[in-house]
Amino acid sequence: MAQAAISEASIRAALIERLKATHVEIQDMSGGCGQAFTSLIVSAEFAGKNSLKRHRLVNAALKDEIAQIHAWSAKCQTPDEYAKEMAATGGNDKPPLEGTEDGKVAGVSG
Amino acid sequence: MFSRTILSRAARPTAFSAIRPVAAPITTPSPFLLSLAAQRRLLSDGVRQAIDKAVGSAPVVLFMKGTPETPQCGFSRASIQVLGLQGVDPEKFAAYNVLEDQDLRQGIKEYSDWPTIPQLYVDKEFVGGCDIIVSMHQNGELAKMLEDKGVLAKEGEPAEAKKKE
Repeated sequence: MAQAAISEASIRAALIERLKATHVEIQDMSGGCGQAFTSLIVSAEFAGKNSLKRHRLVNAALKDEIAQIHAWSAKCQTPDEYAKEMAATGGNDKPPLEGTEDGKVAGVSG
Repeated sequence: MFSRTILSRAARPTAFSAIRPVAAPITTPSPFLLSLAAQRRLLSDGVRQAIDKAVGSAPVVLFMKGTPETPQCGFSRASIQVLGLQGVDPEKFAAYNVLEDQDLRQGIKEYSDWPTIPQLYVDKEFVGGCDIIVSMHQNGELAKMLEDKGVLAKEGEPAEAKKKE
């Protein structure tokens, strides 16, 4: 096998190593193939960056991984934002599932 | 439904391939060369020019899978729904179906330096993909931006009236 399969664990490890993420939640939204993920990423490196810049940072950090999987979603928060949303939602700050059907990707991938 | 009516009219300028001959009538490479270029992440001048043209074809441009009436992916569906809810003027909107054109499907990722589809442009500026569109919709930033850009359908001009044109 030329490349290791992308997994929740490998994405988590990459985000902790490359983005100094302090909290990572990865959720399989593939509905079977195991190659579609949605994520909640908390990193101090997002501070002072708008949403687009944060996503670009993540896309760059996971360039090879995202190229190999079928679908990718992310929510990017600073530790402060994460703490505030956790407090405001009673601990319900989760990876985004908009665009999925019951948490699974529906449609043409890639 | 209001949003569907608004956006169904916007589906007309979807043919990416229709504008490509204008952009690159002579230099269009063979499909093999194009797929090779895509693998190497090289965007040919012809494809880049065609995407330039598509991006500039309307104030609000969505590159998506499927059409506004029949999205072929949940993320494209969510994005088109958001634009409908926001009340984007169909006269100021264009959608391009990347599934109809492999050059566009690969090329737009390189062009925007963005790995996924859908992709939203407003006034030729890249806004983001589904996650960003939905979060900007939820936090009010999208409404403000679309208002500032003057791309919303005018009030008192209901979708029904437009449909009868």
